This record gives sequence, C-alpha cells and structure tokens, in this order.
Amino acid sequence: MLEVSDLTFRYEDLTMVFDLSVVRGECLALLGPSGGGKSTLLNLIAGFEKPLSGRIMIDGRDVTALSPAERPVTSLFQEHNLFAHLSVAQNVGLGLDPGLRLGPAERETVRQALVRVELTDLEHRLPAQLSGGQRQRVALARSLVRRRPLLLLDEPFSALDPGLRLGMLDLVDRLRREQGLTVVLVSHNPQDALRIAARTAFLSEGRILAQGPTENLLSGTEPAALRMFLGTSQSGSGDG
Amino acid sequence: MPWWLPASFALSLILLLVGGALLALGLTAGGLDLFDNLGQPYLWRVVWFTLWQAALSTFLSVGLAVPLARALARRQFLGRGLMLRLFSLSLVIPVIVAIFGIVAVHGRRGWVNDGLELLGFSGTHYLYGLGGILIGHTFFNMPFVARVLLQALEGVPPESWRVASQYGLRSRDVFRLIEWPALRTVLPGVAGLVFMLCFTSFAVVLTLGGGPKATTLEVAVYQALRFDFDLGRAVTLALVQLIFCGGIVLALLRLSLPGSLNLTEGRVYERPDRAGWTGRLWDGAVIVFAMLLVLLPLAAVALAGFNPTAASVLAEPRVWRAVWQSLVIALSSASLALLLGGALLISSRILRHRLLRFRAAARLELSASLILVVPPFVLATGLFVLLRPFADVFALGLPLVILVNALMALPFVVRFLGGPMMEEAQKHDRLCQSLGIAGWTRLRLIEWPNLRRPVALALAVAATLSLGDLGVIALFGSQDFATLPLLLYRAMGGFRMAEAAVIAALLSLLCLLLFLAIEFGLGRLCFHARQRRVGHA
Repeated sequence: MLEVSDLTFRYEDLTMVFDLSVVRGECLALLGPSGGGKSTLLNLIAGFEKPLSGRIMIDGRDVTALSPAERPVTSLFQEHNLFAHLSVAQNVGLGLDPGLRLGPAERETVRQALVRVELTDLEHRLPAQLSGGQRQRVALARSLVRRRPLLLLDEPFSALDPGLRLGMLDLVDRLRREQGLTVVLVSHNPQDALRIAARTAFLSEGRILAQGPTENLLSGTEPAALRMFLGTSQSGSGDG
Repeated sequence: MPWWLPASFALSLILLLVGGALLALGLTAGGLDLFDNLGQPYLWRVVWFTLWQAALSTFLSVGLAVPLARALARRQFLGRGLMLRLFSLSLVIPVIVAIFGIVAVHGRRGWVNDGLELLGFSGTHYLYGLGGILIGHTFFNMPFVARVLLQALEGVPPESWRVASQYGLRSRDVFRLIEWPALRTVLPGVAGLVFMLCFTSFAVVLTLGGGPKATTLEVAVYQALRFDFDLGRAVTLALVQLIFCGGIVLALLRLSLPGSLNLTEGRVYERPDRAGWTGRLWDGAVIVFAMLLVLLPLAAVALAGFNPTAASVLAEPRVWRAVWQSLVIALSSASLALLLGGALLISSRILRHRLLRFRAAARLELSASLILVVPPFVLATGLFVLLRPFADVFALGLPLVILVNALMALPFVVRFLGGPMMEEAQKHDRLCQSLGIAGWTRLRLIEWPNLRRPVALALAVAATLSLGDLGVIALFGSQDFATLPLLLYRAMGGFRMAEAAVIAALLSLLCLLLFLAIEFGLGRLCFHARQRRVGHA
C-alpha cells in the first residue's frame, strides 16, 4: 500500500536513506531514538519535506511530487492539530472542505465522526475548553471525515497521561479496523508499538536498522543500537 | 501562488520609487557641476554641523540614560511604573507636538525663564541653535535608550546579585563587573541607532535650529528646494547625505541591534548596592532631572491646550480641512505600509518555514528598512526631480506624501507583524498544508482571526506615526494642502503660541483617538465573534 524506495534526505550533516513497505490495513510502528529520522520519514511521506532522490508510492501511485494536501494521507501531530479560534465542529469540518462551506449533509457527517471518537455534544466548544485527550480525539475525527486511506501519527499521544494514552491507542486501533485504515505510528515508547502495531521498524541515524513482527523485534538482541535504545544492553555504552 | 510573488510585488514598488528617485538624482547630478558644488565651504559646514550635533546628541542621550537606567534598576518608588509609561509617551507623541512643549518650557517666554525672572534673575535665550537641537534630541532619545538599557540590566540573572551580596561588592564594583558587561552588549547598537536618528532628524532641527548656522543636511535639502529653489545644491546635498547614511547603516548592521522593546515594568531584584545614602541621593537627583526634562514639556502640551483661543481656532475651516487631509494621509499610508509589509512577510515566512533559507528571509525583511539608507528627503528630492518635467509637483503632493510616509512606517509594520506571523506559521503551517487550506481561504479562515490583533497594532502604529509626522509634507504643503503638524509648525513659526497650543492639543487627541479606534475596533470585533460562538454551546 505504501512503498518507500531509496528515499534520501539530508539534514545538516546526516544523510538519511529509507526503504519501507507497509501493507494495506496494517499498523506499523516506527521506533527509535530522537534525532534518528522517525519524524523526518513521516514528514517525507506526508510531503512536508522534499527528498533529494527516491520514490514514494501510495496505492500504486507515485506521489513524490505531490503537495501534502494532494496525497492520500492524513497527519496527526503531537500538538497544534486544531485551530484554537475555530470550534470543534469547524475544526472537523475543515477535513470535508478546506473553505468550511458545509451543507446540512456535511454537518451530519461531522456529528457522526464526533460520535465515533466518543465526543458527543461538544461541537460548539473551542479547543481551549477541551482536555488534551479530547483535542486529539477531535483531530482523529477530522482525519476520519477526510477519508484518506493512510493515517500518519507523529507521537500524537505522548503528552497524555499513561492511562489516557493507552485508551487513545485502542481508539486508533478500533478505527483502523472499522474503516480499513493503514496506520504508521511514530513513537519513542516500545509499549505503544506492543499495544497496537503488528509490525515495527527500528530507525537510528537515518536508516531503518531492523524491522519485523513487533514482539520478535523487541525481544531480539540485534542490532546493538536497538539494545541501547531499549535499555537491555549488557555492556553499557561500550559497543556503539 | 508562487512564494516569491507577494515579495516581488512589494519589492518592485519600493525599488521603483527608490531607484527612480536615485536615478533622477544621479542624472541631474551628471548635468550639474557637482565638483563646483562639492567645493563650496557651505556644504562642508553643513556636513560638519550635522555630524557634530548628532555626536553630541548621542553622547548626551546615552550619557544621561546610563545613570538613569541604573537608578531605575535599583530603586523602587511610588510612580515608577507611571514614569516609565510617560517615558514611552515621548516615543509616540508627534514630534512637532513635543517640540511645542519644549518651546513652552524652554523658550524665551517659557516656564524656565518665567521661573528665573520670578527669582530675580534675567531671562536667557538658550533654546534656538545647538542648545535647542540638543534638548530636543535628548528629549526624544534619552527615554528610549534608558528603556533599552533598563531591560538589559533587568536581564542580569538574579544569581549575580546573590554572588555580589555574598562577596560584598561595592557600588562601583557592581557597575564594573555586573552592570557594564550587561550594558555593553546593547550599547553600541542603541547608540548607533540614536546617532542615525539624530543625523537625519528633520523637525527638531527645522524648528529649534533657529537659522542657517545650525542646519543639518536634511534641513538644508528642504531649504534649498523650498526657499532657494536651487536644484543643484539640493541634489548635491541629497547625494552627500545618501553616502553618509549608507555608511552609517553599514556600520550599524555590524553592531548588535537592540532586542525587541517590551513595554512591561521589570522587577527589582534585591541588590547589595541600594543602601548607601550617597547612592540614594545621586539616583534621586538623576531621576528628578530626567523627569523634569521629559515630563515638563509633556505637561506643557496638556496644560496649554485649554486657552481662550480654543473656540476660535476650532471654528476655522482650514483646521478641519487639515484634520481631514491628515486622516486621509495617515490611513492611506498606513494601509499601504501594511500591504507592503504583509506581502514581504508572506514570502519571507515561506522562505523561513518551508525552504529553510533563513538568511535570505532575513535579508528580505531587512529590505523593509531601506528608508533608513535613503532618508525621506533624499527620496522626496529624487521624486521631485523625476516628476517635475511631467506634472506640477505640488499637485502630486498628496500621493507623494502618502508614498513616503508608507515607506517610513514599513520597518515598524514588519517589526510588529513579523513575530506573530512567524509564530502563526510555526503552529499552523503544516496543518494548513496537510488539509489543503491555502490562498484566500487560509487568509480568511486562519490568518485573519489569529493575526487581527497584531495587524491592528501595526496599522495603528503606522497611522499614528504618519498622522503626527512633519516631514516631506513641509516640502509639498501649500495653502490648500496642509496637515495638522504643518499647521502647528506654521503657527509656531509665526509665534502664534496660543493657536499652536490648541492645534498641539487637537493633534495629540486625534493621534490617541485614531490609535485606540484602530486597535480596539479590530480587537473587540474578534472578542465578540468568539463570545457568540461559545454562547451557542
């Protein structure tokens, strides 16, 4: 469904090269230390960054040259997912029409999306009147009404309390199955991956060093950078 | 829309005006015997005096501001906040109005002389000439410098004071080891800026210079054009000024520029050097002197306006025509400045946030300050020369004044709007990109609701500046075309001080009302819209 091949990008003096493939309907977690290139890879897929070379195919279509809005992708960031001056309903409505020209049918779609993420009767609130978890639910509702098959999550729940975070992950998992979404989740927390991702890729220093079924990958002993990242390294910082 | 389009539109207008003016000056200079003009001792006397008064003004402003900032940093007294607020008033009050206040205090029939005579001394003339210029420049610049320095002193980490107390540093050690290093980072930049402002100062020198002996380049250009109609001399003077200004700006760019001026009162930390009573006396004297210097003229403006001629002056149609023309100029030039500044910033923001070309973005933003290199009168002279063959220049007065005022307001617009626009992009640019919100939709739905406050502030500042400006209007003004500052200047020139007092009060009031109308008008609208939406829930 998503094919990333030979994608190169340069940030300061780190050259990154990515190869990745994701199957329709699955949830893939990108794990790794910060500065390792997880968010960069996500930004390249979403179209916020332009690669030096390489190709991104989504659903068999080359999207490398398309602008972010033209790609069949929706992104959820860690913060600033909502416009603070627009109501919940308006924020969700932007997913249907970027000019906010909504008829009665569209407004009903918005309402149903909010019900899906378990936010009823909050349509007229402003984001400032919501909790952190509720705000991310609104953003999820918007990604539902946009009907893009690929959902990119860039540590969207890492600012939430542990219990709330797991609840949000379960919600994402349920929405993925109901809507047939493909999800790529960036996180620095192995628990996130264990909770909802069948497969995990481990990134460090601009490369994908390992990938495979999440449990195998996380219980394995290779590569060394992964052991360092998980804190299971026996020899401390000796073998970098 | 390609990213460079808005900036190209703004830049081409700016470059067309500035380039056209410079080209006209250059071509005219080619037809003149430039060396003959350059050889005249008059010209070099003017250059020398311009540099001399700028250096003295800078020295006085900074020399007073350092002890004042120090005194304000270590003393807490009743009315300190009010004093700081009144000090910032001297930055926004129309220059010509403040000059009226200075004349009312320091003039031949002013408060100081009245006081001296009351005590049995004979009055003295000390205002017109170099003395007046220095008083004027110190009045405008000293409070500004003091604020910047105070901010630097308040930026000293509190731990420094703890260490100073522990080791028993004396007052002069504190200055040498803690305060001076903090001041030294901002002093070159702020002193350079003051020098530049005094070098190109027009209204102060025109009104308080008092004659050909105390003339600066900027005023000499005006006199050459307006009174002698000596185009050759005007062009020569303008070119000389252009070269000097270019040099000063280049030097300024190498110095550190003062950070953004925030208008909050700082906290006073517990410092070890507050108890000594010589220090107390000295600080008290500095503060009282600064207060007298700055607050007396402001008080004079406020008090003198209420006089018996008010009714008859306010009944004159020429006053109301000037009010109308001032407002038209202020609002048009402010809107133009906002348009140009916004266009430059939209492009520089894309350079910064999407293309990560920070240096190019900074350079683009700097182009808004071109008016510092090409002072208004050089620009006006160039446009004057350029348009003279095609039209009656005085008939073109209105658009020319609007254009020049807009360029003068442009650096302020960019400064007030730049930060909020970049912040807005930081928060929302990716979200907008990902949702496909772009162009007018983005402007209407996202930018306007979030930026209307800074936009209102930028517009209000630009309009107020333009409303109170006595600059190129002096060159293009006529019997039928005059702004309030020009009327005030004329009344003072004719020693009709009662009339001047009324106009000064009217102009101040108008500036205040215009500022509040723009700022609150836009800000409040936003508030209501938000309230209504919340009310639905």
